[in-house]
Amino acid sequence: MSPATYELTHLGALEAESIHIIREAVAESEHPVLLFSGGKDSAVVLHIAVKAFAPARLPFPIMHVDTGHNFPEVLEFRDRLVHELGADLIVASVQEAIDEGRVVEEKGPRASRNRLQTESLVTAIDKYQFDAVFGGARRDEEKARAKERVFSFRDEFSQWDPKNQRPELWNIFNARHQRGEHLRVFPISNWTEMDVWHYVLQEGIELPSVYFTHQRRVFERDGMLMAESPYLQPMDNEPVFEATVRFRTVGDMSCTGAFESSAASLAEIIEEVSATRVTERGASRADDRTAEAAMEDRKRQGYF
Amino acid sequence: MTTETIEAPAMELVRLATTGSVDDGKSTLIGRLLYDSKQIFQDQLEAIEEASRRRGTDYVDLALLTDGLRAEREQGITIDVAYRYFATPKRKFVLADTPGHIQYTRNMVTGASTADIALILVDARHGVIEQTRRHSFLASLLQVPHLVLCVNKMDLVGWDQSRYEEIVDDFRGFASRLDIHDLRFVPISALEGDNVVDESDRMPWYNGPSVLHLLEDIHIGSDRNMIDCRFPVQYVIRPHTLEHQDYRGYAGTIAAGVWKPGDEVVVLPSGFESTIASIDTADGPLETAAPPMAVTLRLADDLDIGRGDMISRRNNRPHVGQDIDAMVCWMAEGQALKPGTKLAIKHTTRWARTIVKDLQYRLDVNTLHRDEEAEQLDLNEIGRISLRTTQPLFFDEYRRNRETGSFILVDEATNNTVAAGMITGP
Ligand SMILES: Nc1nc2c(ncn2[C@@H]2O[C@H](COP(=O)(O)OP(=O)(O)O)[C@@H](O)[C@H]2O)c(=O)[nH]1
Repeated sequence: MSPATYELTHLGALEAESIHIIREAVAESEHPVLLFSGGKDSAVVLHIAVKAFAPARLPFPIMHVDTGHNFPEVLEFRDRLVHELGADLIVASVQEAIDEGRVVEEKGPRASRNRLQTESLVTAIDKYQFDAVFGGARRDEEKARAKERVFSFRDEFSQWDPKNQRPELWNIFNARHQRGEHLRVFPISNWTEMDVWHYVLQEGIELPSVYFTHQRRVFERDGMLMAESPYLQPMDNEPVFEATVRFRTVGDMSCTGAFESSAASLAEIIEEVSATRVTERGASRADDRTAEAAMEDRKRQGYF
Repeated sequence: MTTETIEAPAMELVRLATTGSVDDGKSTLIGRLLYDSKQIFQDQLEAIEEASRRRGTDYVDLALLTDGLRAEREQGITIDVAYRYFATPKRKFVLADTPGHIQYTRNMVTGASTADIALILVDARHGVIEQTRRHSFLASLLQVPHLVLCVNKMDLVGWDQSRYEEIVDDFRGFASRLDIHDLRFVPISALEGDNVVDESDRMPWYNGPSVLHLLEDIHIGSDRNMIDCRFPVQYVIRPHTLEHQDYRGYAGTIAAGVWKPGDEVVVLPSGFESTIASIDTADGPLETAAPPMAVTLRLADDLDIGRGDMISRRNNRPHVGQDIDAMVCWMAEGQALKPGTKLAIKHTTRWARTIVKDLQYRLDVNTLHRDEEAEQLDLNEIGRISLRTTQPLFFDEYRRNRETGSFILVDEATNNTVAAGMITGP
């Protein structure tokens, strides 16, 4: 047999790398947890994590930072998946943080709970003493992420210090930390949006229905189509209309934009993504468009 | 949903490291590779157009695409390794973009540690300079299998063949002193796009491929060690479920060699022997497995095996020992490596403690001169040391096996990674 026989495809190689990362983090931490938003990236990380420990059950819980402004379709998807896997689900509630006065809700028609998630996340990490926190972030998403380590160290305030990151060499990861500190671990750091879609297709991973085309009442704001919902109301000059749309990312309903699309299958979505000329964040994250350095600022404070 | 008729494409994953000294045009080259291979999105382009305008540049500065963090944007320099992604129908590239700046050694060592191919830039006007030599040495130290020297700014030397050849000869002369297995040269203009993606017609004397075509065609399939079977145990899988009551699998990433069920193996450090009962994955068992696959091995016998153990072949074992000689790159600020320094060491999936017994020499990365009088290594310095570890490690020479020949050193007080090591022998 020639060596070529053993070569992995790019998806095979990416998956192998992700499995290696997940196993390494679990082996070197006491309380790992997987952050699950219901979006495609966290669905992929979860899928790989399950594969990494098969035939044993997932050796850590799943945590959802719940803004209280979720797509109902996403919650339904989350609960079904957790049930099927027999996994433990922890819900860190932003509503609870607001009710307890730990954070103050933004006001006005542009209010979003996206930023408030950081507090709930950090509080839950402290409460459960999580020391390895898996996230689905990818380096191709955004400039600040492009330089973040796979094992990204956070101090006891959950802060990220981009100037003082641990060198990361070969596939040898350093997960050492003191009590109270933790690592954010990003198993799909090296995947692109297209890799994720191709992998979803290859593996037959199920996703929330909002990724596929559907009819929805929307209004236009800042060049994006926002879903009308109890959490986000149009302003006077923003007429509501019905459109055939889908979402490219899944987040808080108040800040995730939809766009017109009739893509009903993964094949059609992949075709659409290959043709598109705008990044996911540019297309659908209202919060990131405010400032060029928005993501970096939030990450420093402990954001995902 | 309509029926799915398409399949995910089968591309090959290739890791690149790029380097060059400041202003050689590295950012422009990367920007162009991304731009011309259509990896740049409209909103990113608008952002850099806007930034170019603000800075008063009169053309869209593609270099801005690869500029990362706020502090770096403010200073207008790149100071950390950043990762970029682009793909062609054949290959998906992961590019570690390492700045040629102050922290260059630490960053370049990091970027090169996983690279299949290193791209080094030189400015055609300046030719091979000290930094070119340094970058090439680091690529060879880290055993990057393929090195491509891009002679940039050919437009500024009138597309002159003799200037190009002078640089190529000069570099070859230097490279012959290094351990470089595959060396290529391309004359380019990153700014104007000549020989970056498309072959240029302004240098008819050059008949080779463009940078992108070279990256697509360099054969990397045989770079990994397919001979010396090495499997560091990463995690023991014991389901404790009714369905898999007696299951005991050793999960890990294959470091080297081709593995098959039925192979006779030895487990280190115990020395117990057994045979492979099966090579499991979540997608079913495999007939053969090779690096870098992540698999779960089951053995025919019930042995006591844990994380950090090494599964290998009876007749082809790694070195087992507590004394190791290695080249190290010291990466800690405000702290030096000296004989007597105690640190933690991570090698494959095994942690131990270690003491530096001896600093044999410090290497001047510009001249390759060995300073045997050196008393310590400071930030970004490279030297050869002897280590003694608290526990035996199972290792190979780095030249022979990047996976079992590499390690990191970690400061036990701060938990920071302070050095990268490449084993030269027991
Ligand atoms: N004439 C010419 N200028 C170039 C070329 N490549 C880069 N430059 C210019 O050289 C300067 C430095 O380039 P940059 O990509 O920022 O260099 P880096 O520091 O290596 O990333 C910029 O002004 C570029 O426009 C080239 O091929 N020809």
